[in-house]
Amino acid sequence: MAEYILTAEDYYNGLRENKLMGLKCKSCGAVTCPPMKVCDTCGSEDLEVVQLSGKGTLRTFTVSRVPPEGFEAPYCPCIVETDEGPWVPGRLNVDADAATQDLIGKRVTATHYVLPADKYSAGEMVSALWSLEE
Amino acid sequence: MRDVAIVGSSQTKFGKLPKSNVELFAEAAIDAINKSGLSQKDIEALFLGTVFSDFEEGQVNMAGFGGAEIGLGNIPATRFEGACASATVAVRDAAMWVASGQFDIVLAGGTERAFTMGTPFATRTFAMGGDAKYEAVTGNTFPGAFAMAARLYAVNYDIPLDKLMEMLASVTIKNHKYGALNPLGQFYGKMGDLTVEKVLSGPRIAEPLGLYDCCPFSDGGSAVVITTAEIARELTDTPVYIVGTGQGSAGALFRQKDFTKPKSRVASARMALKMAGLSPSDIDVIELHDCFTPAEAIALEAMGFYDWGTAAKASDDGDTDIDGTYPTNISGGLIGKGHPVGATGAAQVHAICEQLRGEMPQGMQVDGPEIGMTDTLGGDFGTIAHIVLSLSKRRK
Ligand SMILES: [Zn+2]
Repeated sequence: MAEYILTAEDYYNGLRENKLMGLKCKSCGAVTCPPMKVCDTCGSEDLEVVQLSGKGTLRTFTVSRVPPEGFEAPYCPCIVETDEGPWVPGRLNVDADAATQDLIGKRVTATHYVLPADKYSAGEMVSALWSLEE
Repeated sequence: MRDVAIVGSSQTKFGKLPKSNVELFAEAAIDAINKSGLSQKDIEALFLGTVFSDFEEGQVNMAGFGGAEIGLGNIPATRFEGACASATVAVRDAAMWVASGQFDIVLAGGTERAFTMGTPFATRTFAMGGDAKYEAVTGNTFPGAFAMAARLYAVNYDIPLDKLMEMLASVTIKNHKYGALNPLGQFYGKMGDLTVEKVLSGPRIAEPLGLYDCCPFSDGGSAVVITTAEIARELTDTPVYIVGTGQGSAGALFRQKDFTKPKSRVASARMALKMAGLSPSDIDVIELHDCFTPAEAIALEAMGFYDWGTAAKASDDGDTDIDGTYPTNISGGLIGKGHPVGATGAAQVHAICEQLRGEMPQGMQVDGPEIGMTDTLGGDFGTIAHIVLSLSKRRK
């Protein structure tokens, strides 16, 4: 059986300890994060579990003002280009009302936040919370 | 592969409608069949796009009910779900099945009651079109995804964000101008005179997008009758040939990295144009997936009509208006006409058919188009499909 070596649940559990977990490809060397079944760059199944530095550069974000049912606005979904290469989603830990375009390109570091389970999820979920570096 | 044509097409009014999904589809389907000169007994299969019917009215497995509602008998009936691209995928597969020789006449279409869900719940269900494990957990929404795209676009091309949003306001001003003229549009008779100031000062939805940068939630149905070129010529003097189709897919938005250049859309558009033996400059009229103002610019670039980073300005210059180089969303598009997600793709095809046949309502007819193209986006580039339509058969 082609079992996962790092599942979404494992990724969530890493984040609970503020560890950003991913996969390093033994064929091409690229890092995949969050995890997949195969290397996101070359498709190889020959992977090993690695911990990323948890550091990166903010590539884009928004300020959500009209949230989905079950969420409370405002908050800032974002995508960070990690130092290891993968773009990783999460939320930006800033004052949403003061978040402007010049945040893009800033250095950020990952901790985490937990989203409680509800009727339309398969359980509690965890995501990266990105804070601006001091 | 046999040549394939559309012999009848229709859409219902879009907006807030007191009808079930099956009823919305049935109205469009009967109208399309009646226009084709065929009857229900001629239809050999039904391909039906619906996305959120389980959330909207507790209904899954809808294709059979849709077929039975209009008396199609016990023919194969299949639900298609590719988020907002569902009906385009249904039309594309219908064309493929007819081209293959398996069926001669197929009904394809879609239906949706998204308005009925209300904004908070509709926003939740739409967000399910993105990756649940890693994206939905952030609370991001579809306006959020295109807000992120707008910010990337501004950085990529070194355009100040407020200047970019000012240029993109031209997209919603144009699409609402035509939506206000469209009797079947959600905003018929309304918002035809938006201004840049009004767009930019609208309530904030997902910054930098405001309310007027966004398409509405809509109820509506649509349908097209697809058959062989041979049968089509017996039925009508103006068949609209499906000369090219394309489809693409992608994983989660963040894995696509710079999603202002969505690879799935580039691949799908190229596939459709290659099959048609055409290039972007051959296209006379376009209906594309303007779910949000930045989406229109990104689509125009990915489909090859404009160089990367130039479509926002082209739109602001009027080059996508009815008398421009690439008339785009002259039906009102998703922004002005409405976006009943499961029905949208077939309604885009219907709009191009009307353009090519010279049947658009007053003020919305492009001057003598012969070839048109649709573009429909499902999720955050997870499913995407294109249809190229022509008054002439495919170049061999
Ligand atoms: Zn690899």
